[in-house]
Amino acid sequence: MTGPLATMPSSMPTTRPITPHRLAEPGHAPAEDLAILIDGFSSWYGELQALRDLTLRIPAQRVTAFIGPSGCGKSTLLRWINRMNDLVPGARAEGALKLHDWDLLDKRADVVELRMRVGMVFQKPNPFPKSIYENIAFGPRLHRRLRRRELDELVEQSLRQAALWDEVKDRLRQSALGLSGGQQQRLCIARALAVGPEVLLMDEPCSALDPKSTARVEELIAELRQRYTIVIVTHNMQQAARVSDYTAFLFQGELIEHGPTDRIFMKPDKQQTEDYIRGRFG
Amino acid sequence: MSPGPNILALRARRLRRDRLFVLVCVASAFASLLILGLLLASIIAKGMTHLDLSFLTSAPSRRPSDAGIYPALWGSIWVCMVCALTAVPLGVGTAILLEEFKPRGRWLSRAHGFVQLNITNLAGVPSIVYGILGLTAFVNMFGLLGHPNDPAWELGTPGNWYYLRLPLGRSVLAGGLTLMLVVLPVVIISAQEALRAVPNSLRQGALALGSTRWQVVRRMTLPAAVPGIMTGTILAMSRAIGEAAPVLVIAGIVYITFTPEHLMDDFTVMPLQIFNWAQRPQEEFYRVAATGILVLLALLLTFNAVAVFIRYRFQRPLS
Repeated sequence: MTGPLATMPSSMPTTRPITPHRLAEPGHAPAEDLAILIDGFSSWYGELQALRDLTLRIPAQRVTAFIGPSGCGKSTLLRWINRMNDLVPGARAEGALKLHDWDLLDKRADVVELRMRVGMVFQKPNPFPKSIYENIAFGPRLHRRLRRRELDELVEQSLRQAALWDEVKDRLRQSALGLSGGQQQRLCIARALAVGPEVLLMDEPCSALDPKSTARVEELIAELRQRYTIVIVTHNMQQAARVSDYTAFLFQGELIEHGPTDRIFMKPDKQQTEDYIRGRFG
Repeated sequence: MSPGPNILALRARRLRRDRLFVLVCVASAFASLLILGLLLASIIAKGMTHLDLSFLTSAPSRRPSDAGIYPALWGSIWVCMVCALTAVPLGVGTAILLEEFKPRGRWLSRAHGFVQLNITNLAGVPSIVYGILGLTAFVNMFGLLGHPNDPAWELGTPGNWYYLRLPLGRSVLAGGLTLMLVVLPVVIISAQEALRAVPNSLRQGALALGSTRWQVVRRMTLPAAVPGIMTGTILAMSRAIGEAAPVLVIAGIVYITFTPEHLMDDFTVMPLQIFNWAQRPQEEFYRVAATGILVLLALLLTFNAVAVFIRYRFQRPLS
């Protein structure tokens, strides 16, 4: 796996030479590389404020990790990006949240379209009680009519992308519930990819997995970052350091610090970040 | 340190009590089995004398030896079909609304809670009350459309198989709709439970792939809930087929020797026919009534067996 340092700026566009550090600072990312813009963003569950005035830019085709102690709001923020919080009674948000130029908080924004473009992988693997094939085919079938052959190809391609094809190719018709936990999670990733998203949200995708399965999912993330914008919420600091290019540290609903993962882990600006990363609290 | 005599006595008493308790539980379980056994035995003893194929295929008669349950059996089947065809879509639709489309706004969620509370209460309303409601709403249509003998609107004539009229009068359709009222709360509640048993993680998974709410229902929650819904529906139907009171209000005690030919036909159902026989003065008719009960019980047991079969055969783990 490539370390965060190696992944930094070599592929940056050359029209405007910038340093890797500046890329991550608010206001300086070049427009063509920006995937998600979060500006002055606050959110509430009923009376309870979950997020306070966040400003954050999530670059395209990079892995951004949200870290922070339990209840800091990192999952809440993630679930706003594909509007899964719509399901929570009393959840509301203010400020700007944009995918490219698309205002995601607009009441008229089409969440179906949004969730096609922004896939999500949940904390606990949630394969559907259907066959492996049907699991992958579920998403594409929602949106398009496909010929049998096209669908077969799409299923294979998605499973290959999720590094699951070789393990399941002989039992596509069997129930997905028979897979191991780690395989189920990769199946869920494949299922999300089959819809053709550009962003992949991962909400602690490895917290229910054993170390070996975790390693496989992490390898997978490293492969997928070439093509997808990945936002991952994790409790595991080593994981954030291993898989992400950028890290955002949230604490009590506020964004404490955001920047390239190496800098956040080696030389954080804020004392709080340093304390959390060194395991002094949280 | 060995326990003192006091402790030992206490321990022995505790064990005695424990055994006594188990004994009481076993006894009460057997008591209900015994009652059931006695009931079945007495009915079988009385009813077997008349049970043969001709009982199933002939109409009631003044002579007990000729009496059969054929028209009532078909009446029950007709009414039950009407009941199932109306109660299932209405009940499942209501359950889907209540479970899958929970409103978020304050007033709407209050309305939602109010509907829910009412359905739970309706399940406890005595069935004769639904009979009276059916009489007013379906048989007479509140008197707004004239008398059933002189209907305000007709389609075809009583000779046509598709004959319809408003108001419905004492017809198969009115009886079936009334039984629909009786079982609707049960269907709704069992369908709700089946939908609730579908884990939320599946709904979220489907939504996160870009499903509309309808697609979530159509492709995820409803298929997963179908075995549960069918089990509940079949049990509701076995209740409907055994109901006498509401049908009595609708159909009255009538002497019917034919099977229904259209939805507006007069009818009787098995529990009413049994009631009819049981109130005859001749002792021989009690035996006929017992035979009718055997047929009814056989039908109900079949229904229950199908429900159990569906539960074991089609219910799969969901996560």
